[in-house]
Amino acid sequence: MDTASSEKIPFLRDPEKRALLYQIFTVLGVALLSYYLISNTLANLERQSISTGFGFLHKEAAFEIGESVLDYSAADSYGKALLVGFINTLIVSFIGIVLTVILGTIIGIARLSSNWLVSKLSASYIELFQDIPVLLQLFFWYAFFYEILPAPKQALNPVTGVFLSNRGLVFGVPEYHPAYLAALTALIVAIIAGIILKKWAHRRQDTTGKSLPTGKIITAMVIGLPLLAWLLGGAPTAMNTPVLKGFNFKGGVTVTPEFTALLLGLVLYTAAFVAEIVRAGIQSVSKGQQEAAVSIGLKPGQVLNLVILPQALRVIVPPLTSQMLNLTKNSSLAVAIGYPDFVSVAGTTINQTGQAIEGVGLIMIVYLIFSLSTSAFMNWYNKKIKLVER
Amino acid sequence: MKNWQSSPSLPSPEQQQGLIKWCRMNLFSSVVNTLLTLTGLLILWWLIPPFFQWAVVNSCWTGDSREVCDAAFAASGKTGACWVFIKVRLGMFMYGFYPEVERWRINFVLLVLALGLLPVLAYGIFSKNLRQAIFGVFGLLTVFYFFGIIPAIFTAAFFFLPFLLDFLSARLAWLAVSLDLWHTLIKLCLMLLVGALTFFLAVTFIGEGHGWASTLATVVLLLVLFFVRNVTVFAWRWILLFTIFPLFAFYMLVGNVFSLAHVETHYWGGFFLTLVVASSGMATALPIGILMALGRRSELPVIKVVCVVFIEIARSVPLVSVLFMASVMFPLFLPESVTFNKLLRALVGIAFFYAAYMAEVVRGGLQAIPKGQYEAAKALGWPYWRMMAVVILPQTLRLVIPGLAINFLSLLKDTTLVAVIGLLDLLGIAKASMADAEWLGFTKEAYVFAGIVFWVFCFAISRYSVRLEKKLHTSLH
Repeated sequence: MDTASSEKIPFLRDPEKRALLYQIFTVLGVALLSYYLISNTLANLERQSISTGFGFLHKEAAFEIGESVLDYSAADSYGKALLVGFINTLIVSFIGIVLTVILGTIIGIARLSSNWLVSKLSASYIELFQDIPVLLQLFFWYAFFYEILPAPKQALNPVTGVFLSNRGLVFGVPEYHPAYLAALTALIVAIIAGIILKKWAHRRQDTTGKSLPTGKIITAMVIGLPLLAWLLGGAPTAMNTPVLKGFNFKGGVTVTPEFTALLLGLVLYTAAFVAEIVRAGIQSVSKGQQEAAVSIGLKPGQVLNLVILPQALRVIVPPLTSQMLNLTKNSSLAVAIGYPDFVSVAGTTINQTGQAIEGVGLIMIVYLIFSLSTSAFMNWYNKKIKLVER
Repeated sequence: MKNWQSSPSLPSPEQQQGLIKWCRMNLFSSVVNTLLTLTGLLILWWLIPPFFQWAVVNSCWTGDSREVCDAAFAASGKTGACWVFIKVRLGMFMYGFYPEVERWRINFVLLVLALGLLPVLAYGIFSKNLRQAIFGVFGLLTVFYFFGIIPAIFTAAFFFLPFLLDFLSARLAWLAVSLDLWHTLIKLCLMLLVGALTFFLAVTFIGEGHGWASTLATVVLLLVLFFVRNVTVFAWRWILLFTIFPLFAFYMLVGNVFSLAHVETHYWGGFFLTLVVASSGMATALPIGILMALGRRSELPVIKVVCVVFIEIARSVPLVSVLFMASVMFPLFLPESVTFNKLLRALVGIAFFYAAYMAEVVRGGLQAIPKGQYEAAKALGWPYWRMMAVVILPQTLRLVIPGLAINFLSLLKDTTLVAVIGLLDLLGIAKASMADAEWLGFTKEAYVFAGIVFWVFCFAISRYSVRLEKKLHTSLH
């Protein structure tokens, strides 16, 4: 025993050497597995005479895509088809995330309302929509459009100019006029000016102590400038309203049933989770914080903006990020109801070309980019709102 | 001397109880609240009465064909739900295309699962062995009544085996902790012997190529018996659920052994398939997830990198694409001679996908264990696996039960995605039966039914996990 310390440690009992051995085994295992899979794959591809590589992206796709913001036809290449799918995924995820956050926040706050009925209603909303599979909800909304809503002739007309039928949601938009472009430019200018003004006002308050009613000024600018541009442009009021012609509507903007069903399903499902996150976030701020803020004389708006929200957001943001990613990933369920998102287009491409590996690889890369960029943005935001400690 | 006079008594406070006061406080306390209440009532008025009218008042429950519903709706002039559709198709919704005469096998497996699972899930109620035994006897009688003597014998063995193993485990405690080389050798030899015997028996009685699974289950049981001390009855129940039960369920459901007819997996469907995918997904994803969580926390850089890369990739892609991959790419990955059935491919895809999520949950638990626990185990000179199995993991798993339950919930909901690759789970069957020419136009009924089934299950699981969380006080926040 007393000589144990000077004794040479047997090879297998030395933790360092053992660690090295384990890692070598792991590398060998992974390498062997990869070799096995790759050699099988190559053999199989050769047998089915499928050429590998991304050359197929330039070939003619020869399938139509239901909706696209780009000018796409069946004569275009697979590459362009995939791009259309990518943009569709982007659109549905972006709109979905914005609507989800708004709806989820409203329901989450309603859950905490002192009004018994409102609180119970939002609680039942959360329980109902959380516990039903999102695919079922998508199917349901899809069926709602195709089987429950009437044909365009008997279209529901909830508000003037808006029609709901089994061809989707149709609504009127203003006729194109240069004045609108001017108004849009004015809006962007107003927003940028507002941001600069706010920063300047902050700095001024820090150095001189003088405050400025920035909120009112910015609101006036954001509403006033575009309005002014519109008025100066001749105040056009012509509307492009949908009119029933034959079996369908002409004019206006049509949102397809597929897109609406997908958006509705995703938003209603994810909003239930977001509501729970918002509720938990607000509840995590102790009541004393609010009482203290009120007792030093802050106005209700200031209490919310300066005391409650900054603390609640720190709790809310990380789980909210994962819900946003969930929504983006769930948008791939579009494939089940025929909305041409990226996964759906890639699936068609795989079926037609047999390029399964490249297709699945593309899907993975695209979603990896989505996840990484969303989480990078949210991490940046999270860092920004983090409690600044001395 | 001043004469104190009592001031006149105040009027009694406003009524603090009663319906009116409650309404005034909770519904109409201010103008805004009143408006909100009215809006809420309006929403309810829009939703509830029409649904009630459709689902109950105008609905049709009796009969067994479409004509009954059509006639009833024509007579009353109002259309409602035709629940006859669900009633006629209930067998399909529950069992898919599983042959009708063989459906008792599914029921039997589910009953055995319930018998095995209930005691461990409601362990508060079944804390006493006597209560478990009484429960077991009732279960046994049910099995005997419905399925006959041979299933009853198996059920008895399955349910009461944990008591025997517990007894043995207590007697063999000295052997389990013994570090004596001879003891270890004897234990290993015994395991080898029993394993070989099982293999031989399985090959003789079940058939060629069926030996390995049974042997593995036996060896795992012996491993726990010989090397872990003080395994409780509950722990044995869990171990049996992970070893014996899958084997039993597999042979029972697939058949082709012991004079059970062979039922190929493409006949499987309905809610039964949903349960198969969910439970086997959970049972396989959890162990893989635990291993990957350990790998991610490992100090060995290579193992850590492999696990991190796998987990992050799996977590950032949608399940649909994993299922796609499973259905299109798995056949490419394997040699031509190996054919993989569709269900198994989906199961493998789901298992690895969810394993990544499980790994993250378990990692959260591992990080929450105080460092002193690791250090204490190391100070005793315990090797890594012993430290993990005996000290760290039991605490970790207790800690992460709510997280695992949430994952199980989303796994149960995500099983519906197998419909995308053509497997007919409850949702897939519902969609398929809508396309039936005889029953066109009953979409709502099918979706509402499927929705209710899923909702009931998911809601029950989420309530259970909340209760468990409260009971264990393990909220990580």
